[in-house]
Amino acid sequence: MEQNYYQREIETMSAEDMKKLQSEKLVKQVKHVYENVPYYKNLMDEKGVTPDDIRSIDDLHKLPFLTKSDLRDAYPYGLLAKPLEDCVRIHSTSGTTGRRVVAFYTQHDVDLWEDCCARAITAVGGTKKDVCQVAYGYGLFTGGFGLNGGSHKVGCLTLPMSSGNTERQVQFMMDLSATILCCTPSYAAYLGESLKEQGYKPEDIPLKAGIFGAEPWTEEMRHQIEETLGIKAYDIYGLTETTGPGVAFECSEQTGMHVNEDHFYAEIIDPDTGEVLPEGSKGELVFTSLDKEAFPLLRYRTRDICVLSRKKCSCGRTLVKMAKPMGRTDDMLIIRGVNVFPSQIETVLLTEGYEPNYQIVVDRVNNNDTFEVNVEMTAAHFTDKVSEILAMEKSLANAMKTMLGINPTVHLVAPKSIARSEGKAVRVIDKRKLI
Amino acid sequence: MAIRQLTVFVENKQGTIVSVTDILAKNNVNIRALSIAETEDFGILRLIVNNEATAVKTLEEAGFLLKITEVIGVKIGDAPGKLTAALKVLDDANVNVEYLYAFMARTEKHAYVVLRVEENAEAENILVNAGFHLITDADIDKL
Repeated sequence: MEQNYYQREIETMSAEDMKKLQSEKLVKQVKHVYENVPYYKNLMDEKGVTPDDIRSIDDLHKLPFLTKSDLRDAYPYGLLAKPLEDCVRIHSTSGTTGRRVVAFYTQHDVDLWEDCCARAITAVGGTKKDVCQVAYGYGLFTGGFGLNGGSHKVGCLTLPMSSGNTERQVQFMMDLSATILCCTPSYAAYLGESLKEQGYKPEDIPLKAGIFGAEPWTEEMRHQIEETLGIKAYDIYGLTETTGPGVAFECSEQTGMHVNEDHFYAEIIDPDTGEVLPEGSKGELVFTSLDKEAFPLLRYRTRDICVLSRKKCSCGRTLVKMAKPMGRTDDMLIIRGVNVFPSQIETVLLTEGYEPNYQIVVDRVNNNDTFEVNVEMTAAHFTDKVSEILAMEKSLANAMKTMLGINPTVHLVAPKSIARSEGKAVRVIDKRKLI
Repeated sequence: MAIRQLTVFVENKQGTIVSVTDILAKNNVNIRALSIAETEDFGILRLIVNNEATAVKTLEEAGFLLKITEVIGVKIGDAPGKLTAALKVLDDANVNVEYLYAFMARTEKHAYVVLRVEENAEAENILVNAGFHLITDADIDKL
């Protein structure tokens, strides 16, 4: 593929120049955070680090980490580094009560995020001649707006479809000759199946490339999507905390994602000791924003297990590459693109008067995640009427949907029937084979 | 007046019903009537037994979730149309029957219907006023 770059100078910058750029930005970013975010200033003070100790990117390891629980404690304004009047947008993680993270953006922050997405679109061959169908959800979720912004910057004709309504997606794709599709990989697979069912062959479909992220997917799934849609399928990575999709993106080589490290510096650490590990080691991925205004995060622990590589890439980009995340350091599940913590299920059960005896069973059928929750029936809830028990299952599923944003199937099962190993119940059975 | 039904929660998988009846058999509990309602996930086993105390104790010890439900037992003639007659008086009075099951008497020429309604007293009155004979737990024991 002929290589195009959205910001060639940055994307192909020498290691030396990149380090210089990162160092300059980090010094400013740390100063900005220290002066404007008392929460992080306290963390630095406790560790005995001042902005003067940070002179280059090599000093990054001196800074304290931020975790998801810090973000929760600081909700909503505790990590905000700009007056609200300078902010123009918020986005939020998947509406999960108790774990909600609200990220703020100034116009500068939106611009740099959209630049990142524009790099991703350009890397898959996107130009102003393309028609880019964005089928990620638009709203608090970052997917829709992020890729929409990137598509505008590249100059593509943007189809802001948002998620769902498959019939309309297919109609617009075919009638307006969409060439690039952005959505979750499971939705891409689903669209592919729908098109196939309607009798479309891969060569009938105008698409040439797809950018798929927000949930884990496998190489098998990639091949399947590529075959049914007749496209090249590319991965994209990001998280609301840092900005959204586009923190890292795949290029024509399809062997990992280039990190936009002029904006987001990536480290791999030992999740137990916090020690920074050398390139090529497997560990927890940590991001530091280098030039964000409203919601800068220094050394944010993603809980994703990952490997970084600086091996020369055939696409010509020098940006460090991250592998597809290989797992999590916590018990978070990603189901249909939504973050789910088992503790949230537990909260719902306790609120609804059930014992916290449950089991989450996740599988992937026809490239779509299935999400079932087995809950032990209690004496207080048990009744001789089937209709009432079915209603209880439905009401529990609704309460979980409200908490998580996605709908599980709830099964009430016999007391003490949920498998316990060494006295401890097995809470999660994830049958999806993702790696 | 109502009779007591043993209601047991069973998972819809092979071997659960036999494990319940096996416990009852081993403890000399005789099942007079039985019905099961099932969904894809679970079943609700409804039993009329002769020795409730033993049944409850042994099933609970085996870890089963159960409860006692008060239901109505009606004696009806063993002939076509008799069940309809009983149900019709309830229907005419707008009493909703949640579920029912029937069993035959061994010697007498009668059948018995077990009815689950929302308000027992109301349904009982309606049936008695219409001339039906209700049975009690004592009657069950004598069967």
